[in-house]
Amino acid sequence: MSELLRVAGITKRFAAGGPPWARRHVAAIDGVSLAVDRGRTLGLVGESGSGKSTLGRCILGLATPDEGEIVFDGKDVLGLSGRALRDFRRRVQPVFQDPYGSLDPRWSVGRSVRESLDCFKIGMPADRDKRVLELFGRVGLNPALAGRPPSTLSGGQRQRVGIAAALASNPELIIADEPVSALDMSVQAQILNLFMDLQQDLGVATIFITHDLGVVEHVSDRVAVMHFGKLVEVGATDDVMHRPRHDYTRALLAAIPRPKELQQEA
Amino acid sequence: MSVVLEIADVAVRFPGNIARAVDGVSLALRRGEIFGIVGESGSGKSTLANAVMGLLPARSTVTGSIKVNGREVVGLDDLTLRRMRGAEAAMIFQDASASLDPTWPVGDQIAEAVRAHRPGPAREARTKALALMAEVGIPDPARRYGDAPHRLSGGQRQRIVIAAALANDPKLLIADEPTTALDVTIQKQVLELIDRLRRDHGTTVLLITHDLGVVSQVCDRVGVMCGGRLLEVADTQVLFGRPEHPYTRALLAANPAAAPRGTRLPVIPAEWSVETLEQAERAREPTGPGDRR
Repeated sequence: MSELLRVAGITKRFAAGGPPWARRHVAAIDGVSLAVDRGRTLGLVGESGSGKSTLGRCILGLATPDEGEIVFDGKDVLGLSGRALRDFRRRVQPVFQDPYGSLDPRWSVGRSVRESLDCFKIGMPADRDKRVLELFGRVGLNPALAGRPPSTLSGGQRQRVGIAAALASNPELIIADEPVSALDMSVQAQILNLFMDLQQDLGVATIFITHDLGVVEHVSDRVAVMHFGKLVEVGATDDVMHRPRHDYTRALLAAIPRPKELQQEA
Repeated sequence: MSVVLEIADVAVRFPGNIARAVDGVSLALRRGEIFGIVGESGSGKSTLANAVMGLLPARSTVTGSIKVNGREVVGLDDLTLRRMRGAEAAMIFQDASASLDPTWPVGDQIAEAVRAHRPGPAREARTKALALMAEVGIPDPARRYGDAPHRLSGGQRQRIVIAAALANDPKLLIADEPTTALDVTIQKQVLELIDRLRRDHGTTVLLITHDLGVVSQVCDRVGVMCGGRLLEVADTQVLFGRPEHPYTRALLAANPAAAPRGTRLPVIPAEWSVETLEQAERAREPTGPGDRR
């Protein structure tokens, strides 16, 4: 498998109080290095404040790291501008936790998906509406919903729209930040199935950011564990989940309530 | 064993909705047990909890009988309800910050809960509040007493709310998603705290959650709700080992932690699915999002 993304020694600091002449800073991410192969899923786990979302935002270009480099498909992305930056953004797409926050409440959801096609000038303008309906089918949404505003859709349907919008530009990497955390168990299962299908059918690589170790274990090929801005452990999913090397990973695993164990006892 | 909470054939309706939010639920909680109610959004689990505390909006209609410590709650007037809340039954919620006044020292807020039911000198209430803070595991209570809520972490704020809820030693504690906003390591600590408190005080706990893992960790018995109905009640071990109702089985199977990695997760049959129920509700009311959760 060839490497798609490499993050090397990135650090992102934020101002954390103190007077302007003696500003204190806190490192949200502190010297993190990791890599994602083409078509694979990396699970990024950690608790609140561990820096996992900030890392995702840095990769997406929504935050600029203070140190380190981010290499996508062999090119350093931090120095990109103009056409090259636009091309990078087409190839790396986000999916967020709250699809309600990513969709314009006054637009039909079909228009929100089409915006991505227009923005990246994908296909002929006349064909784009047809492409939107194809995308709806791809994510398991009834194309008849395309004309509706997001408020009339359920939470699971809205997250499918968010995924359709991300897929519109044929990305090679999707950064999914807690994409199923707001969903009920029955809907969560459907969206996780969709992510796994997309990976199989389209070969898109995914960084799956979540606090839920059960979800990570299910969908990831590799897992990276973050704690207070540092990467404490990274490895194959089975190794990290069943043979954790770092104390923090062990503590985190021990804290998850697991019905599975009860099932075995009974 | 004595029954602390007895719910008999309770139904709750909101005007404008044809479906009942809670539909014919009967349940009895024994002294000192932790009873979990699991369900997805819109299953009626929180509505049931709010009905017990008399917290439902006046426009709703509650039928059936809810007895706390043998006393009927349905149809009680506001003043009597007020005397009951906190003294006989107390409730904590998901968002501890919303239960606390942001401008007030946390210790005083616990002392206020103490004096609400046992008027007495402020000094005594303060002493009691400090003891409660120590009991729920706030380190160095005397120093923390004067802190505003924002100075405390999320887990500590939930501890303060639990201390206030326990101020008058209620027989029944209702916890509605008490750990949903917390990280797993903190969640574990708060669940252990709730478990310890019921052991020490013999408090009966009604724990409302969407998380089957939480249920498996602390509950003695579990009820599964869907579409306003209580589908199944069982001992926790039995529920996870031999679930009877098809919905319970589907819910357990949909948990990604329980399925082999990378396999498709079984989908909950449409008749039980949140999305189907949600769609049915929206079809009747085409404007605006639902106001649940």
